Amino acid sequence: MLLRHTKKEVYERSALTVNPAKTCQPIGAMYAALGIHGCLPHSHGSQGCCSYHRSTLTRHYKEPVMAGTSSFTEGASVFGGQANLLQAIDNIFTIYNPDVIAVHTTCLSETIGDDMNQIIGKAKDEGKVPAGKHVIYANTPSYIGSHVTGFSNMVLGMVRGFSAKSGEKTNKLNIIPGWVEPADMREIKRLVKMMGIDSIMFPDTSGVLDAPQTGHYEFYPKGGCTIPELIASGDSKYTVALGQFCSEDGAKFLENKCGVKYKTLDLPIGIAATDRFISTLSELAGVPVPAAIAEERGQLVDMITDMQQYLYNKKVALWGDPDQLISLCEFLVSLDMKPTCVVSGTPGRTFEHRMDSILASVPGAKYKNGANADMFLMHQWIKNDKVDLLLGNTYGKYIARDEDIPFVRMGFPILDRVGHSYFPTVGYKGAMRILEMILGVLMDYQDKTSSEETFELVM
Amino acid sequence: MSNKEKLPETTAMLADILKSYPPKVARKRSKSMVVNDPETIPEIQANVRTIPGIITQRGCCYAGCKGVVLGPTRDIVNITHGPIGCGFYSWLTRRNQTRPDADGENYMPYCFSTDMQDDNIVFGGEKKLKLAIQEAYDLFHPKAIAVFSTCPVGLIGDDVHAAAKEMKEKFGDCNVFAFSCEGYKGVSQSAGHHIANNQIFKHVIGRNSKKVKGKFKINMLGEYNIGGDAFELERILEKCGITLVSTFSGNSTITKFEQAHMADLNTVMCHRSINYVADMLEKKYGIPWIKVNFIGAEASAKSLRKIAQYFDDEELKNKVEEVIAEEMAEVTAVAAAVKPRTEGKLAMMFVGGSRAHHYQELFSEIGMKTIAAGYEFAHRDDYEGRRVIPNIQVDADSRNIEELHIEADAKEYLARKTPEELAKLEKEGFTFHDYEGMMAEMAKGTLVIDDISHHEMEKLIEAYKPAVFCAGIKEKYCVQKMGVPLKQLHSYDYSGPYAGFQGAINFYKEIDRMAGSKVWSLIRPPWQNSPELFAEMADA
Ligand code: SF4
Ligand code: SF4
Repeated sequence: MLLRHTKKEVYERSALTVNPAKTCQPIGAMYAALGIHGCLPHSHGSQGCCSYHRSTLTRHYKEPVMAGTSSFTEGASVFGGQANLLQAIDNIFTIYNPDVIAVHTTCLSETIGDDMNQIIGKAKDEGKVPAGKHVIYANTPSYIGSHVTGFSNMVLGMVRGFSAKSGEKTNKLNIIPGWVEPADMREIKRLVKMMGIDSIMFPDTSGVLDAPQTGHYEFYPKGGCTIPELIASGDSKYTVALGQFCSEDGAKFLENKCGVKYKTLDLPIGIAATDRFISTLSELAGVPVPAAIAEERGQLVDMITDMQQYLYNKKVALWGDPDQLISLCEFLVSLDMKPTCVVSGTPGRTFEHRMDSILASVPGAKYKNGANADMFLMHQWIKNDKVDLLLGNTYGKYIARDEDIPFVRMGFPILDRVGHSYFPTVGYKGAMRILEMILGVLMDYQDKTSSEETFELVM
Repeated sequence: MSNKEKLPETTAMLADILKSYPPKVARKRSKSMVVNDPETIPEIQANVRTIPGIITQRGCCYAGCKGVVLGPTRDIVNITHGPIGCGFYSWLTRRNQTRPDADGENYMPYCFSTDMQDDNIVFGGEKKLKLAIQEAYDLFHPKAIAVFSTCPVGLIGDDVHAAAKEMKEKFGDCNVFAFSCEGYKGVSQSAGHHIANNQIFKHVIGRNSKKVKGKFKINMLGEYNIGGDAFELERILEKCGITLVSTFSGNSTITKFEQAHMADLNTVMCHRSINYVADMLEKKYGIPWIKVNFIGAEASAKSLRKIAQYFDDEELKNKVEEVIAEEMAEVTAVAAAVKPRTEGKLAMMFVGGSRAHHYQELFSEIGMKTIAAGYEFAHRDDYEGRRVIPNIQVDADSRNIEELHIEADAKEYLARKTPEELAKLEKEGFTFHDYEGMMAEMAKGTLVIDDISHHEMEKLIEAYKPAVFCAGIKEKYCVQKMGVPLKQLHSYDYSGPYAGFQGAINFYKEIDRMAGSKVWSLIRPPWQNSPELFAEMADA
């Protein structure tokens, strides 16, 4: 047994987190910043944080992840990191020549109290930011919220740093996609385009973290939201913020700054959430939903119709980030499945309200979120009430093996499989992929565990 | 590429690299980049601060302490005291394998953290830490609990050592100790190694003086069982009849650490990360240490012979020769099979604090040349040899790392060899507590670069197009995007072992696969090779 010290009896803990279902803010900020074209994320703290964040993102994407660090030493920790950041900005523009540096803080620089706005202002005053180049920032104290909060804060940092109102409105929609994969961002853009809508997506990591092998390394890959687009987001007609936890703060800030109204929707994962997304697009842009999209939806419903028996009443344990979990749980319930254990390390009231309503129809369902919710607790719940399926990041493989439970990888990080950066899970097609993955493991399990006489050829 | 004429001249190469830097940066970096000469061994700047804004391979003190040194021990509950990130990222990511008994303790698949929140930062985290230690104790009743401080802990002034001491006294049957390994200490992981060494020496080593059976008893220091390396070494040593008292820290337990002073010889693999423990064991208990290297079949054979020579026992010497002969049969056969495809090819390696040296051995066994190498967090002695230690200037960043003052133990000190025996060994060419460093073994004219930056790495690859580049996960995919295979020498790309004889075989095959993979011929689409043909088809 790998997790041999996890016992069935739940022991109340209030100080010790075991096997967390979240990580710290800066990594979210780093991921978001990679969704700007020509951007070098920069970690203002000691170099360990930056190394850990780059490594984790790299393992998840199997792609280069570049970022700078202020490389604090003990002196900087005592006297503040201003000198380090000024020097870093100067060096980065000279050596790596990005269009923009996106600085995020760490728990170290936050505890010290470095003032980003002031330091970046000083860098500009001292001529360390070349003409036409930019420095934006986000405060990302790791002792508040989670990686999800950090993503949201950097999205806000983009709006603060770039969005501007020229006075001339455009007919565009801003789409803030939330913390989803590059493949999902591509898929959302595809759907928006099929609707005939002009859009600006930020951040946009497609073309950055799913770049092709060409034999030629691009320090700044061709993808990402461009700076002119980011600036123009202040003139758009409307903003659609996908996922309240990741996207709403940025959209709200944009409304206050430039008067662009926004609507927050769930991540379009699963049929109902995608329905709402498509309907909203149609309403906001005043365009009909094309037949091709209705066809994709029909294919999804057809697949569910055909495979219903393998899904019905199956219990599922899920862990991960609130925006994903809300949509996923709703989807699972609509498939007649039963999400009975749900855990997220990210705190937030909205999550509780949403879970209360989505899980109301699932008898015995348990959920927990916030600082004391972790995978150790979830595993104990599973030991008490076994589930048929695990859905979450790679760390679930230890539970899957010990308890012999089929496992589908979704969320962050996925360290041991490929596919997530290329094949979307959003939209109707994405929902079909989720179904394919779920059915695949459930049916493999049936094939593996059925007796010889009940082994099925056709399923 | 193997054609020597085509390679750019090294001095010009370095100048070209430095050209893109601002003058101050160029001046500083130039001291960390040297053209090697094994005869004279030029001075290299190492273990100095990374310049802010430079994209570096380095991690932090916490990573060196919790991740590297203490990570591989399975029966200590390692609690990270800080916000959640550091603990999360170091959770299972270093691939230390371990083999507990069926019902033995193993906390390695777990991540324990105090997950500090903002009120802990404002009002202090000691109370939460003590409660977390209590909860860990109640849940698991482990033999030991260790606490690792991350960046904010030092700033807010939590006294982790007092908390650990209080809880240890309270429990009575659980050793609790702490490490002040905040990420900003020192300039890299290296500071964390030192802090880890100090605390293990203070709180663990020597606590169990139960006799260990065996005639030839050694410790293996600086071997972390990545990909099962330690298992291979355990196999070989057992075959030779050598007793392994403890390993720091691959496949280890705290009980083994406690008994480390019962060995008669310390063998040091990764000099950088563990030489402090080796020195302290010698001073306090009289156990001499020698540098060994089990990366590379020839190096492994040499190391085994060195151990046998130390014990000066004919039977052992014969046994070792017998084992070497037996193991080398397969090694030589595989090397010979691979060599026609690898001979003369170029390798570069920039990693860690010992591997960039040790792995050159493996490459040379299949005829590959290392033309550039460097460490991520080593000191000058790891490059130039321990003889330079007296001349190394201790700067402000290193001065703050405690140096323990160790004296011979009144009861337990025991000289393992008589002065005559030592003299005899030294006369035979035996060197104790010495490490010659990387540069003595690298060819004249090769490049040695400390704490290489992304920019420097890109330039080197463009210029030399090596057949294999060795580094870590952060470099892996950008090097491969350049069409050059990258072998990770931290995680071994999720394979291994590479130590010992079986390890050498694995490595030869691995390099053969990487350098020869068909994928490199798939990169160019066919229409790029003959655009006219496809244009014709379009016209038709
Ligand atoms: S928790 Fe703090 S010190 Fe640790 S990785 Fe995150 S930002 Fe860095
Ligand atoms: S230098 Fe190498 S062997 Fe030593 S601790 Fe680091 S990775 Fe391990």
